[in-house]
Amino acid sequence: MFSNLDFDVIRRALPYLFYEGMTFTLTLTALAGLGGLIFGTAIALMRLSGYKVLGRIAGVYVDFMRSLPLVLVIFWFYFLVPYIGQWITGASRPISVGAFASSLITFIMFEAAYFSEIMRAGIQSISRGQPAAANALGLTYAQTMRYVVLPQAFRNMLPVLLTQTIVLFQDTSLVYVLSIPDFLGAASKVAQRDGRLVEMYLFAAVVYFTISCVASFGVRRLQARIAIIR
Amino acid sequence: MNYHWNWGIFFEPNPMGTGTYLDMLLSGLALTLKTAVLAWIIALIFGSIVGVMRTLPSRAAYWFGFCWVEFFRNMPLLVQLFLWFFVLPELLPKAAGTWLKQLPNAPFWTAAIGVGFFMSARVAVQLQAGIGSLPRGQKMAATALGLTTMQGYRYVLLPMAFRIILPPLTSEFLNTIKNTAVAITIGLLELTGQARSMQEFSFQVFEAFTAATLIYLLVNAVVVTSMRFLERYVAIPGYITGK
Amino acid sequence: MIEISHVNKWYSPTFQVLTDCTTSVTKGEVVVVCGPSGSGKSTLIKCVNALEPFQEGDISVDGTKVNDPKTNLPKLRSRVGMVFQHFELFPHLKIIDNLCLAQQKVLDRSRDKAVAKAEQLLERVGLKEQAQKFPAQLSGGQQQRVAIARALAMDPIVMLFDEPTSALDPEMVSEVLDVMVDLAHEGMTMMVVTHEMGFARKVANRVIFMDRGEIVEDADKEDFFGKPRSDRAQKFLSKILSH
Repeated sequence: MFSNLDFDVIRRALPYLFYEGMTFTLTLTALAGLGGLIFGTAIALMRLSGYKVLGRIAGVYVDFMRSLPLVLVIFWFYFLVPYIGQWITGASRPISVGAFASSLITFIMFEAAYFSEIMRAGIQSISRGQPAAANALGLTYAQTMRYVVLPQAFRNMLPVLLTQTIVLFQDTSLVYVLSIPDFLGAASKVAQRDGRLVEMYLFAAVVYFTISCVASFGVRRLQARIAIIR
Repeated sequence: MNYHWNWGIFFEPNPMGTGTYLDMLLSGLALTLKTAVLAWIIALIFGSIVGVMRTLPSRAAYWFGFCWVEFFRNMPLLVQLFLWFFVLPELLPKAAGTWLKQLPNAPFWTAAIGVGFFMSARVAVQLQAGIGSLPRGQKMAATALGLTTMQGYRYVLLPMAFRIILPPLTSEFLNTIKNTAVAITIGLLELTGQARSMQEFSFQVFEAFTAATLIYLLVNAVVVTSMRFLERYVAIPGYITGK
Repeated sequence: MIEISHVNKWYSPTFQVLTDCTTSVTKGEVVVVCGPSGSGKSTLIKCVNALEPFQEGDISVDGTKVNDPKTNLPKLRSRVGMVFQHFELFPHLKIIDNLCLAQQKVLDRSRDKAVAKAEQLLERVGLKEQAQKFPAQLSGGQQQRVAIARALAMDPIVMLFDEPTSALDPEMVSEVLDVMVDLAHEGMTMMVVTHEMGFARKVANRVIFMDRGEIVEDADKEDFFGKPRSDRAQKFLSKILSH
């Protein structure tokens, strides 16, 4: 059944697929993961701050984001970001921000909701004696978080955070709906240009599968190692 | 902002001649729900089988379950839908492939099956964890009473395991609803798809997306509330109350 | 050094944990606080460095009011050493860094100075070789001695001990108490919540007995062990000393 398939089309497209497509995908994954973690941690701290208003705002944000399909959120930001840019800079017309910036903002905002839940669980998993001990030594709230609570929360949650990053890596493929050449978008472009859908989509599937499998295998080993240390 | 708001747009006729723009969004909602329910049934059936297999003593069953989960979990849903939609018909014998391609509602069936299998891996993982959280004595007690393995799962292990994993299953069902939006890429005009075409026809971007957003929030609220009732209904006195 | 006057604390409107507690600790004094569990003694000692808030009354340490919103709490706390029941070493930091963190971040000591101080104190509690290990690699008794060294590294003017030996295996209690006895002999001002009556006999100047959130008895050591005035203290002593 593979007799009439042309796998050479893949070889010819390799430079484009990886230099352009995969670079976009991995850069987006890395930056969105980092941004989502930072913003998500801030949201988690807001929720746990003890200030009711702050906590409610953070909670509503998380519930809101988690109720919506990512595709819809991608559309939202794609159309909204130019207007926000206009509003911030005071320009006379909506600002065009480019495909990469738009998707990066989308994924940071979206993933922050998920990362914040992980960090919240991580912070709550630390016994209350730890911040008490840090306070007793005279550390301020910020220092207590920075040097005592967050490092432990981050370490405890590292496997979960990495697993979420693998999900993020797969989710970035959804920028396809904006016709952006991420890895899948690039594969799809070649597929349609050369009329080779079967080969290109099979290849894309194999690549995503391999990367995700290797990454989750790595996470599992890390998890086992952390379990031993504890 | 120099955006021209027009909230009356929902009551203007859509260019497809199927009523107003609001009708368009509501038909999208209906398709979203139909797809999600069918996908969820598929996910529950296959997820249960695979989840049980991963807890059986047989190594072959365990490996089958392991491979199933890894296969459906390590590929983006979008890519999986493309495989079902574009690739599978080409790889089948010619007659079967043509039949498949000419199937009416192909995007709907593809989306339901694709999302269903994708979610089945997650249901399987949850169920495996649920069964694993039961005391080991339960399985032994069932065996000691003379129940077969099948009977043991049917009457002892699964009824408890499903009760335990009801809350995570609720969020997996919500994920199923959300994931149907990915099928916009294979031309399924579900809620997000309809909002998108409303935006393309009417240029009222934010009205369209605001309406879709509100509908999704409403669906979420309804599902969460009804699952709360279900949890209370199936709760066992004196055991985990679900609270 | 520590002035506690008319302190009242409620967890909820109907649940009062501290009732009109008044006492003081003068410079160089060692005061042991004892009482049955749930009597509020741990809560009281945590009020001294404001780890627990209280609704009524005043506490001041070295003339600084703890419950004044204008008080710089981190600064005050840095001068009050505290040792916890469960040690609360920071598990992600090496022993040496557990001792250096607050020295560097709160007292702005240079790394070299902090390390020198830490090593000197580790030597004193007999754990110099363990400096590069992580807390989880040490026994409970060793961890608690590190915790004492960590508190001492801040050059505190007073030390608070919250049941420092009650989470320890019996054979490790004495190594911790020895460090505390030495500290007392050097003239450190100490407030110690403990059940170790041997320790109280040896070094305490005064003993406070608490029950149900009240200070029932506040007496010199000789008076307390000789002939407690209250029934409740007598009962408590007979229970705790009979075995």
